Amino acid sequence: MKKYLTYIVLGLLALLPLLGLSSYVMHILILVIMWSVIGMAWNLLSGYCGQVSFGHAAFFGVGAYTAGMLYSKLGISGWWGFPASVFVVSLCALGIGYICLRLRGPYFALATLAMGVIFRIVAENLVGVTGGDLGIMLRERTWIDKTWYFYIILIVAAAAYYLVRKVIESKLGYYFVAIREDQDAAESLGINTTKYKTIALILSAVITGFAGVFYMNYMGYIDPKVVFALHDISIITIMVVMVGGVATFWGPVVGAIIMVLLAEMIRSIPKLGTAHHTFFGILLIVIIIFLPNGIVGDFGKIKKIFGARRPAA
Amino acid sequence: MSLLQVKKVSRFFGGLTAVKDVSFEINKGEIVGLIGPNGAGKTTLFNVINGFYTPSRGEVLFRGSRISGLKPHQICQQGMARTFQVVKPLQRMSVLDNVIASAFLRARDRAEAAAIAEDTLKFAGLYDDRAVISKGLPLGKRKRLEIARALATQPELLLLDESFAGLNPAELDESIGIIRRIKDKGITIMIIEHHMKVIMSISDRIVVLSYGEKLAEGTPDEIGRNPQVIEAYLGEAQSA
Repeated sequence: MKKYLTYIVLGLLALLPLLGLSSYVMHILILVIMWSVIGMAWNLLSGYCGQVSFGHAAFFGVGAYTAGMLYSKLGISGWWGFPASVFVVSLCALGIGYICLRLRGPYFALATLAMGVIFRIVAENLVGVTGGDLGIMLRERTWIDKTWYFYIILIVAAAAYYLVRKVIESKLGYYFVAIREDQDAAESLGINTTKYKTIALILSAVITGFAGVFYMNYMGYIDPKVVFALHDISIITIMVVMVGGVATFWGPVVGAIIMVLLAEMIRSIPKLGTAHHTFFGILLIVIIIFLPNGIVGDFGKIKKIFGARRPAA
Repeated sequence: MSLLQVKKVSRFFGGLTAVKDVSFEINKGEIVGLIGPNGAGKTTLFNVINGFYTPSRGEVLFRGSRISGLKPHQICQQGMARTFQVVKPLQRMSVLDNVIASAFLRARDRAEAAAIAEDTLKFAGLYDDRAVISKGLPLGKRKRLEIARALATQPELLLLDESFAGLNPAELDESIGIIRRIKDKGITIMIIEHHMKVIMSISDRIVVLSYGEKLAEGTPDEIGRNPQVIEAYLGEAQSA
């Protein structure tokens, strides 16, 4: 049963559009899946390899801008962003890695934080290249209906899930976790830590970039403040994985469901809606204190709490 | 031919001289003990040999070629493995996964790495603990896990940094047995140890460091009779 869980979930998801769900529900589903993809990407670098990034918006934004600029500058479909972003995002990741990966722990985190902000500022100011704060708008989206967008992001998510799973179960995965647990020990065991950290970063960046390419094509409009956002992209990425479960396969998915639904729910509360970041902050504190391994990672603990209460009630 | 040559190695930290002009050689198949009072520079010397530090002066040759300046992982690939005085288990991995991670160095795939790891764990007497998350291991077994992990990289030279410290007598005997069996496999060993009885009984030769300099070198008997060594090290231990 457990072995087939992935296929069952994927099959059920693939059938969802046939239910004739409303456009709004489809939009929420698409967002959930997109955030799962970003979460899985972050989880690979930060959850498994232990290099906590606060700057994943850089890769998301570069992916989105690659797609957007193919459209605005070359006049070809933004979907070409998928293949093109692999090169562009890898290149950016190499650059960021060269600077940041020599730092460890909180210093790496701070450096990536700075990188994310630098990318936003550059995108805002290179008006001739990116269009600056005006952003990029698709004159018409590929489809009006959301069904195809849903399938495309579902395929991206399935591919990302498969890739992460394969990587983690291979030599790379062992090396990533060894680096996370003790970089000096890993180095002394013959693991080229710089090389493997760079591999983790590039894989993570490319997957995040895919989500960015999708975002451009799906939303039809991007500007630097949206796709390079620290609080709306980089920090939410971390939250998705922290809430769901760091270094678990399903954690990012569970986290994405909770975070997207929560954001929608809170936003619809009158007056309080604009304060949704405050709620996220409180949620994060609660999670860190009570479920440090996230919902998937501490699932046993959650079961115990509810199991213990039921007979009493 | 000597497996490891340490040639006039010095290492400075700012104004502090941790290791000064130390030279010695290790021959294939030997167990060489490295002893000295606390702060003598033993671990620093290990860190220089294994590539965590580059020597400020001098050079280290392994199998005749210069290794100083290489990174630890490159030196490990050439066939030198080490353990740490303060054990560094990969905490949230199981004992088996710890050793698999290091076995990958010489293995082509996961199955081969797992096979090497299981053999190594049996050799080190840790096979029954293979599923334990290494954070939960008692110190004695953690020290042995360090050795197992280093062995799984299939080294020619093994650097052991205080693998006996803090062990109870039963664990001590077990570890001594393991060291002897490692030697029987043809692996050369250099070992830092404070436990005099252990070092005197298992070493073929001993190098003594004091205040970063080589004080003496010789067989355990010679070292035991050397008045300088007794004054610097054994004498101190007796008066304590």
